[in-house]
Amino acid sequence: MKKIHASAEEALEGILHDGMLIAAGGFGLCGIPELLIDALVKSGVKDLTVASNNCGVDGFGLGKLLETRQIRKMMSSYVGENAEFMRQYLSGELELEFNPQGTLAERMRAAGAGIPGFYTKTGVGTVIAEGKEHKDFDGETYILERGIFADLSIVKAWKADDTGNLVFRKTARNFNPPAAMCGKICVAEVEEIVPRGSLDPDMIHLPGIYVHRIIQGQHEKRIEQRTTRKKETA
Amino acid sequence: MPWDRNQMAARAAEELEDGMYVNLGIGIPTLVANYTGDKDITLQSENGMLGMGPFPFEGEEDPDLINAGKQTITELDRTSYFDSATSFGMIRGGKIAAAILGAMEVAENGDLANWMIPGKLIKGMGGAMDLVAGVKRVIVVMDHTNKAGESKLLRECTLPLTGKAVVNRIITNLGVLDVVEGGLKIVELADGVTEDELRAATEATIVN
Repeated sequence: MKKIHASAEEALEGILHDGMLIAAGGFGLCGIPELLIDALVKSGVKDLTVASNNCGVDGFGLGKLLETRQIRKMMSSYVGENAEFMRQYLSGELELEFNPQGTLAERMRAAGAGIPGFYTKTGVGTVIAEGKEHKDFDGETYILERGIFADLSIVKAWKADDTGNLVFRKTARNFNPPAAMCGKICVAEVEEIVPRGSLDPDMIHLPGIYVHRIIQGQHEKRIEQRTTRKKETA
Repeated sequence: MPWDRNQMAARAAEELEDGMYVNLGIGIPTLVANYTGDKDITLQSENGMLGMGPFPFEGEEDPDLINAGKQTITELDRTSYFDSATSFGMIRGGKIAAAILGAMEVAENGDLANWMIPGKLIKGMGGAMDLVAGVKRVIVVMDHTNKAGESKLLRECTLPLTGKAVVNRIITNLGVLDVVEGGLKIVELADGVTEDELRAATEATIVN
């Protein structure tokens, strides 16, 4: 069981095919699998459906896969930061399925937990509910949402050991654990691979059972909205 | 004089009670954090954090630490981090006491529209639909009228809904209204605003 690979390209070898469904971790540009996205661009794999909360920005993150027209459909909750996305969507080149953010996260988590569907009150009475099964429980109406069973998960973590146990850092955790859980194969990129036994077993965020391949690399970690305050002068 | 943005935020902060876990939306709701005083309030950021701190000092920004508006922030000694599924689990599960949100339109039955204007750029609902469906109390903070001077408190929303019958209280530049049986009830008038002025600026049914 060798999970560590030398590069993102090598880690994706033999598992890509046109038309596949990929679940990607990240929120905005925070905690996104930058290196695996670059490797997908290089691979030329196309007609992808990508389940990811956002679609990067122009020229960075999943935005790179838009520029090369490798994405056919996005499943997202918010795509407002990307002019190329809007252009392709409005011209009909790109399909978009809006999901409320919590529904998207739960659809991934559910699939990873072997649950093909669940009922939620999120979106009842809105366009999101159209065409979906409605069911009342204890006097409240819920809609049926389906699990997202992805062909491939690409995620970013802070640290991993060689068995794939992952630790995330601060809000860069976000969609990464549920995205990792819902794929047939999960590839994780991390900032540091640490020796087995050096992670506290009680502090592991995602057990290695969900992670099949690991790479280590340098991340740009671009900041989308740099907001600061002034130090008060005495 | 109607309330300005900061006065609306200060009024919204009065809605919060000691010990509450609260989610603040983008815009005026973000300002509410400046007016909570000595109250022990824990702010949730739906990208996976409880105990959101202020913006970092210049040079101390951390790309791994952002809020739901993608702005750099800081942590507090009470902070906890979790994944997005857990985050919306606590939202959907009714653990968050209140959400304070902006809006484009609110209807007299509590319908809320704040995510989409057909024909304009479509950005997405983000976590708004989950929040209004799940949190215990939804408080809308918004201007009473739009740029054309038309009421944003309507009999029925004209824009696609974020949630159906979800709003509890509305704080505008003209006053405070509650969603009750049959329409909206005036709770409070902004300083110097008369009831007639508020009624004249409101399309929704006002009940006594």
